[in-house]
Amino acid sequence: MLNKYPLWKTLMVAMIVAIGALYATPMLYGESPAVQVSGLRGVEANAATLDSIKAQLEESNLSFASIALENGQVLTRFNNTEDQLKARDVLDDNLGKEFSVALNLTPNTPSWLATIGGKPMKLGLDLSGGVSFLMEVNMKEAINKAKIGMVSDFRGDLRNEKIRYRSVKEANNSVVVVFRKIEDLEAGQSLLKKRYRDLLLSTDDDTLTLTAKMTEQKLKEIREYALQQNITIIRNRVNELGVAEPLVQRQGKKHIVIELPGVQDTAKAKEILNATATIEFRLVYTEGDLSNALNGRIPANSILLKDKDGRPSLLKKRIMLTGDHITDAKSGFDEYSRPQVNISLDSAGGSKMSSGTKSNIGKPMATVFIEYKATDKKDAEGNIIFEKQQEIISVATIQSRLGKTFRITGAGSAAEAHNLALLLRAGALIAPITIVEERTVGPTLGAENVRLGFEAILMGFGLVFIFMMVYYRAFGVVANLALGANLVLIVGVMSMIPGATLTLPGMAGIVLTVGMAVDANVLIFERISEEIREGKTIQQAIHQGYDAAFSTIIDANITTLIAALILFAIGTGPVKGFAVTLSIGIITSMFTSVVGTRAVVNAIWGGKRLEKLPI
Amino acid sequence: MQILQLKETVNFMSYRKIALVFSALLMIASIASLATNKLNFGLDFTGGTLIEVGFQEAADLEKLRAVMKTNGFADAKVQFYGSSRDVVIRLGLRDDVKAEMLGNEVLDVLQGATGQTVDMRRIEFVGASVGDELAEQGGLAMLTALICILIYVAFRFEWRFAVGSVVALFHDVLLTLGLFSILQLEFDLTVLAAILAVIGYSLNDTIVVSDRIRENFRKVRNSEAEEIINISLTQTLSRTFITSITTLLVLAALFFQGGELIHGFATALLFGVFVGTYSSIYVASLVALSLGISKEDLIPEVIEKEGADQDAMMP
Repeated sequence: MLNKYPLWKTLMVAMIVAIGALYATPMLYGESPAVQVSGLRGVEANAATLDSIKAQLEESNLSFASIALENGQVLTRFNNTEDQLKARDVLDDNLGKEFSVALNLTPNTPSWLATIGGKPMKLGLDLSGGVSFLMEVNMKEAINKAKIGMVSDFRGDLRNEKIRYRSVKEANNSVVVVFRKIEDLEAGQSLLKKRYRDLLLSTDDDTLTLTAKMTEQKLKEIREYALQQNITIIRNRVNELGVAEPLVQRQGKKHIVIELPGVQDTAKAKEILNATATIEFRLVYTEGDLSNALNGRIPANSILLKDKDGRPSLLKKRIMLTGDHITDAKSGFDEYSRPQVNISLDSAGGSKMSSGTKSNIGKPMATVFIEYKATDKKDAEGNIIFEKQQEIISVATIQSRLGKTFRITGAGSAAEAHNLALLLRAGALIAPITIVEERTVGPTLGAENVRLGFEAILMGFGLVFIFMMVYYRAFGVVANLALGANLVLIVGVMSMIPGATLTLPGMAGIVLTVGMAVDANVLIFERISEEIREGKTIQQAIHQGYDAAFSTIIDANITTLIAALILFAIGTGPVKGFAVTLSIGIITSMFTSVVGTRAVVNAIWGGKRLEKLPI
Repeated sequence: MQILQLKETVNFMSYRKIALVFSALLMIASIASLATNKLNFGLDFTGGTLIEVGFQEAADLEKLRAVMKTNGFADAKVQFYGSSRDVVIRLGLRDDVKAEMLGNEVLDVLQGATGQTVDMRRIEFVGASVGDELAEQGGLAMLTALICILIYVAFRFEWRFAVGSVVALFHDVLLTLGLFSILQLEFDLTVLAAILAVIGYSLNDTIVVSDRIRENFRKVRNSEAEEIINISLTQTLSRTFITSITTLLVLAALFFQGGELIHGFATALLFGVFVGTYSSIYVASLVALSLGISKEDLIPEVIEKEGADQDAMMP
């Protein structure tokens, strides 16, 4: 029989819309103000943290809706923002430096919905308020530093092998070594060739020069490393900012996007992002009396520093090595499967380390992490005052004379070794970064954008709704049903896709989709009317209408999808949000307006003898 | 209900000379304006700093300008944004290292000078290199979109249609850019997005028409190409109008309800939908006709029942 869907097909349509509706429902539950407490630098919040938070809140007479330990974070929900803000201040003062306390908006999604992955759509910064930065990694500097490293490495290598040279200099994209004799040139070439497999070596016998060029592969590695290292460091710093759900992501070849929802004090954020961290290696002053030092009698040639648990150590004032000599630090395991950190130094660092450790085998060496943290105080000119914070991150015994590469064992768990490697790398930032773009949206504008966006969607939807109903009558109602289902599906899919963010242009995209989605139905309905006018029977007309319009709809939508995908590829932030809703809208609208309406039309008018169609 | 119930075939192609002159004039005007006035590029492309602030009472622009001038921001452009309480201040790029701190500085100056609590609505800072890169990427995106579409349409239809639809798209994009240049409306990233959406919309329209032309070439025997194009345009006219109406309705909602931030976006799309509708009737078909589209080009070698190969995919 014409125009009858098999039951499974109708059910499938209903199922898809129902699933979309299910995942769209978290939007209806809204969000409640919360405070999120998470550990810094390897510390994890645990049951004890939870108890102490509870105790502190009760002590300050602050009521909370719920408190829970999730993924190493304690999340406390409040009934209103006033309590939330007070609680933040209370916890910030009392919890200590190893915890970050952040304000958060936590969805009230019921747990059964959350377990199947239901969560509300993520709002972009233009809707939630907050700040986004685009930072550019100075790749020129990264390559430059690599070249400087090469120059000093070459000098060291040639000197060690007693090969005499006239000069080692950097030229653009390469390092040039000039020798005195042809034999030296040959010896130098074979030595360097053996040591540096990722360099292209070429020689000129007339001028006795050897040119070492970095391969494309090597250059790419340097750039990639500079970017990854900066991302790691920024992640660490952002965690200290106490922002819930921050985003740090690479964009293209040399940019890093940082999104900090809810942050208004951009000055502080910027200072922290731009702050520098360094590493120093010092010998432990074993001759000094620690208890005397703790009482304030610190020996003249030493300093008193503490580790993260507050255990003090007396260190020599003389710095054995600074972190800018570190070229790499990786965590791994030693032959007894104990966690260790492998450290590589440049050749200048290697010789310093070697002479520094030569006469100190068997003595402990401390690694100190130095960071400049912004304080709440400002100086007379309004600049934020930085506090130099020094912390011992590891104390290890020197087992032998150390050189260019060495390792630190006994740093604790694998996670701690990993963290140590990270911090060591932070001491050797190879490429500086600069803020090239910054967008701050205040909370009032964000809320206003949400309101305007929703009003525009409702208004556009309402207008099209009325128009279709008046123009196509009963069939218009069917098209409107499809339109409603389409809206639900867009919201559902947006909530399901991780990383899809709703922005103001994204809302505009939804409005536009509403206007354009009816096009498919217009095409079909116009075709049906045409077929009826040509004298076909009602059932044939419906069948033909859907049939003939189908390929047109596909062609028209695919081309729009091409434009949307290209926009997605080049767009950033809000504009990307537009591309996302537009692409999703095109796909869902094809489904609802072709398959969806057909199911309804078939169920109501299909397979019957009809004289007229309410179209 | 029917808005358009055409009994007779409208002879669209008889107006083609007028349409040709009309389009050519508009395109020349657009090019001329783009060459002389250029586009009023927004912050996204030029780089610089933009600060939007909200006052509790209507702001006095003259006073704010004076305040900015005395505080060393002589190049500041101070304008209302949407209402008399919202003010936007634009500053050009500076050589200072601390360019990204400018926003907060201006905020402090305003707060001090007016004595009112100034509500920071947004601060945007874009460095010079980002803007240049974006302009390059934006242009590249439009070109890529046009080429991809050209390939798709050529593959699905016929090269004459492909050329016709791309000329139509070029026409629409050019006229929309021209409008922004003549009226000196701000051209920012959202407008670029809108133009890509215009490409999508206009193409949608063109494809519907081309599809019908192809169908009629196969169905209607013994007719001239011109006659067939006229028949096809008449048949699709009512759909063209209805879709334009619904799209214009939602765009009107965006224009009036969406707020200042997407005003440029809505403007570009509103205008784009108008020219897109016009171009799918005149530009695309006209180009295909001029290139000598004929029955032989469109009739497949193996005559098959229409849609026979698609039955399985049917809903």
